[in-house]
Amino acid sequence: MSAEPAPFEILEHTADAGVLAHGRTLAEVFEHAAEGMFSIMVNLDGVREVEQRSMAVEGHDWPSLLVAWLSELLYYSDVEGLLFKRFEMEDFRPYALRALAFGEQVDRQRHELGTGVKAITRHMLEIDEGPEGCRVQVLLDI
Amino acid sequence: MTKDWKQILKRVDDLRWELPRSYKQGMRVPGRIYASEEMMDVLAEDQAIEQVANVAFLPGIVGFSLAMPDIHWGYGFPIGGVAATNQDEGVVSPGGVGFDINCGVRVVRTNLREEEVQPNLPAVVNQMFRDVPAGLGGSGLVRVNMQEIDRVLVDGARWAVEKGYGWPQDLECIEGGGALPGADPTKVSKRAKERGLPQIGTLGSGNHFLEVQVVDELFDAETARVMGIDAVGQIVVFIHSGSRGLGHQTCQDYLEVMEVAADKYKISLPDKQLACAPLSSSEGRSYLAAMTGAANFAFANRQLIAHWVRNAFGKVLGRKPEDLGMNVVYDVAHNIAKMERHRVDGKEMSLCIHRKGATRAFPAGHPDIPSKYRSIGQPVMVPGDMGRYSFICVGTERAMAETWGSTCHGAGRMLSRGAAKRHLAGVNIAERLAQKGIMVRAQNRAALAEEASEAYKDVAQVVDVLHDAGISRKVARMRPIGVVKG
Repeated sequence: MSAEPAPFEILEHTADAGVLAHGRTLAEVFEHAAEGMFSIMVNLDGVREVEQRSMAVEGHDWPSLLVAWLSELLYYSDVEGLLFKRFEMEDFRPYALRALAFGEQVDRQRHELGTGVKAITRHMLEIDEGPEGCRVQVLLDI
Repeated sequence: MTKDWKQILKRVDDLRWELPRSYKQGMRVPGRIYASEEMMDVLAEDQAIEQVANVAFLPGIVGFSLAMPDIHWGYGFPIGGVAATNQDEGVVSPGGVGFDINCGVRVVRTNLREEEVQPNLPAVVNQMFRDVPAGLGGSGLVRVNMQEIDRVLVDGARWAVEKGYGWPQDLECIEGGGALPGADPTKVSKRAKERGLPQIGTLGSGNHFLEVQVVDELFDAETARVMGIDAVGQIVVFIHSGSRGLGHQTCQDYLEVMEVAADKYKISLPDKQLACAPLSSSEGRSYLAAMTGAANFAFANRQLIAHWVRNAFGKVLGRKPEDLGMNVVYDVAHNIAKMERHRVDGKEMSLCIHRKGATRAFPAGHPDIPSKYRSIGQPVMVPGDMGRYSFICVGTERAMAETWGSTCHGAGRMLSRGAAKRHLAGVNIAERLAQKGIMVRAQNRAALAEEASEAYKDVAQVVDVLHDAGISRKVARMRPIGVVKG
């Protein structure tokens, strides 16, 4: 009677915050980790899917791919002022991914904003693949 | 899994604790922590001390892996950590600087007294809130293109002053004159520059702030006077911000480079976030040149913010900032790595000093501090939390001898953001501060609880430890009356 774990939960760390994401596959858990990261920045319920961005990133192992993926999203957030709420992996393979991100431009009147994320840390970064599902733990610099 | 750190640490005296090399195999030097017994109880609750041990693994580390009393759990380095590596065999680690390269504090004085500002305080705070972009989605008022940004990376605050943001005399009151030498814009990625472009002249979010403060105690009136801090009741402004997305991306880029480099140079470390490369390697040199550029960007950022703060006061009070005496007292970096000359076993040598949540605190007479402060020592700005107080201190000879001329950077967090929110659920932080006479404007009022006093150590205890240990001397204490948060 194991209930499906929540897509993500927010972890606590004295200086910052982290995301613990779950999913059936690594691709899904990468999507959930991204959702978790944006949930720190904004109440995702209020974000509409108006804009879409396509991105491709690479790494030299799974942890570096995860860091590259989340960093890429932060880049769009900083440069174009975008907040994403949903992600679709189009291609996902050892150490490269292509994905779509859906969201909209930040609106300081309408969005319930949280705290900006500065960067993705490698400290205590964990990626587990198991028969019962996948799990990612990542700490973010706030 | 809390360890009994008091059993593991060797007590050197009331305020100094040593983490012996035998604690963990691979430590090249012992750790040293500055803390009172009471603070040690709080410290023992997270992994900060373990991180002091991990930093001691860095090749070429000299002396001790040091921790100031405001140390708390970071990633890789503890926040509040200081490490020196020698030029020949030593490494540089981006984790020893952090993502927010040259996050720092600038203090601007005024000729104003509390009673003159009080009737206009809401207007002043509102004006600053309007004029200084802050928080998520707050974009800068200065448009800079890709060519111009390279100048910012080299010239730092000087670039801003040349553009008319601020006064030429501001520059001498900034660490390194507001433009550290050795920056190479070609070592900063296009992405980092793209992230920096819309954010130059913005405060950011998290713990960054603007605070209107009142001097409420002078510990050394003569020293304070040299800084333009004349009397209890005087108004000063604290500005806390960093290098924004440009610095964050630069750190992120070089962590990737260093992860590969650490393998290449066969450096084994207990935490990937400590990834590093020899100072003499191309990776190490490139990082230093890029990091210095990002640091200069941060000096320019605080220069722009200070300019708008001055104008906000001027607009509301109907007087020119010059007539309000709004001079920069000093501007310090508290996330940085720099090549500095220090004495090791009686010999002077070049060391790379990593200060991750620690402030340079050079003594009187040091050639690297402005001539106007040569007789008193370098001013050190130590902000506390928004509900209590902040301090200005000065560096000492003892700091040179023991901590590579370094001291604390702030209060240090005690509660995670989530824990602070739970602890203060249902409390209206802005209203509670208003009752204490502190007006707060925040882009994100819900997040105010994360920055409430309860989340932080008492900064007075932090500065007292270092004052009593002879590392930095207290000069003045200020209390906030107006706060702007991202």
